[in-house]
Amino acid sequence: MKVVIMGCGRVGGRLATILDAGGHKVVIIDVDSYSFRWLPSAFKGTALVGNGLDEQTMIKAGIENADVFVSTTEGDNRNVMAAQIAKHIYNVPRVVSRIYDPIREEMYSKLGIETISPTKVGAELLQKVIEE
Amino acid sequence: MYIIVVGGGESGYYIARTLLNGGHEVLVIESDAKRCTIISDNLGNIVFRGDGCEAATLEEVGTNRADILIGVTGHDEDNLVACQVAKHKFNVPRTIARLKNPKHEGLFKKLGVDVTVSSTNLILANIKRELPDSPLCSLLAIKGGTLEVVNVKIPPNSPVVGKQLSELELPEESIICLVVSKGGSTQIPKPSTVLAAEDEIVAITTPENEIALQNALIGNSS
Repeated sequence: MKVVIMGCGRVGGRLATILDAGGHKVVIIDVDSYSFRWLPSAFKGTALVGNGLDEQTMIKAGIENADVFVSTTEGDNRNVMAAQIAKHIYNVPRVVSRIYDPIREEMYSKLGIETISPTKVGAELLQKVIEE
Repeated sequence: MYIIVVGGGESGYYIARTLLNGGHEVLVIESDAKRCTIISDNLGNIVFRGDGCEAATLEEVGTNRADILIGVTGHDEDNLVACQVAKHKFNVPRTIARLKNPKHEGLFKKLGVDVTVSSTNLILANIKRELPDSPLCSLLAIKGGTLEVVNVKIPPNSPVVGKQLSELELPEESIICLVVSKGGSTQIPKPSTVLAAEDEIVAITTPENEIALQNALIGNSS
C-alpha cells in the first residue's frame, strides 16, 4: 500500500517505521525536519518537509495515488482539515485522523472520516488496568 | 440575532463592535487572556475565554441557539473546524469563515461552510485596483460567488470609446450598472449612453465571463 502520513511525532514516526518495515511504501510529511529523528536509519520511505495543508506538498507526497492518508500532527484541527482535503479533493480511499477531543472525534467519524481519539482510548485502557 | 465570533484578534474585535452597534447579541470566544481583557475593557462583558473549536466550549455558550457563527482566527483549519462543529453539532443556520489561503475556498464550501471570506484575495483585489495596468477588478462576490460586481476602467485605446451602450456586445449574464465619468459624475446607463476614455464602469458578471467582459470593454490587446 501507498501510505501518506502527516506529522512525524512519536506516533506518526513509529507508524511510519512499522509500515515501512512491513513492506509498504511510506511518505511522511512534517513542517520541521528535526522531527524526522523519530525515524530509524533503516527507514526506506520518504521523509518530506512541508505542510500537509498545502496543495504542493500533498502532490509532492503522492497523495493523488495514495491508498491511505493518516494525519497525526499535534493539532486536532490541522488533522481533520488535512483528512478532509485527502478525502474530498484527492479521493484517497482510506483516511484516518487522530483527534484528541472525543466530542470532535465522534462528530467527524459521523462525517465519514475514520478517527481515533487517544484521549478516549488511553483513558479506557487505564481504567481497565485499574479495575482488573 | 445571536452571533458568535470565534477569534478575538483585530478582525474579531471590529466585527464584534460593528455587530454590537447593530443591536445584535454578540459573544467572542478567544483563548488568549490578554486579548480577552482588551475586548472586555472596550466592548463590555461579551468575551468567553476558551477554544471555540471545542464542542464543550460551544455547548457552554449556547451555540444551539446561535443564528450565525463567524470563524476569524488566524488559522484556516481552526475557522473550518469551528464552523463545522457549529453546523453539524449545533445546527447553526449560517456559518462564515475567514480564509488565509484562497485555495481552500472550494474545500470550505464543499464541507458546508456557508460563506468564505478570503482576506488574501481581498488585499490582492484592493492592491490590483491601484496598479496602472489592471483594467478589471472584482469589487464584491454576490450570490455565494456565482456573480460578482466588477469595476472596469476604459483605456483611451479601447474600441468602445465613443460608442453607445446599445452598440456593445457584452457576454452573457453581464450587465452594466453604472458609468462613472472621469470627473466623478455618475450616470445610470441607458442604451444611448456614450462611453468616453477614462470612464469607469461598474458591472455585474459571472467569474466565467469576467475575461470576456474585460475584452469587450477594453479590447483584446492583452
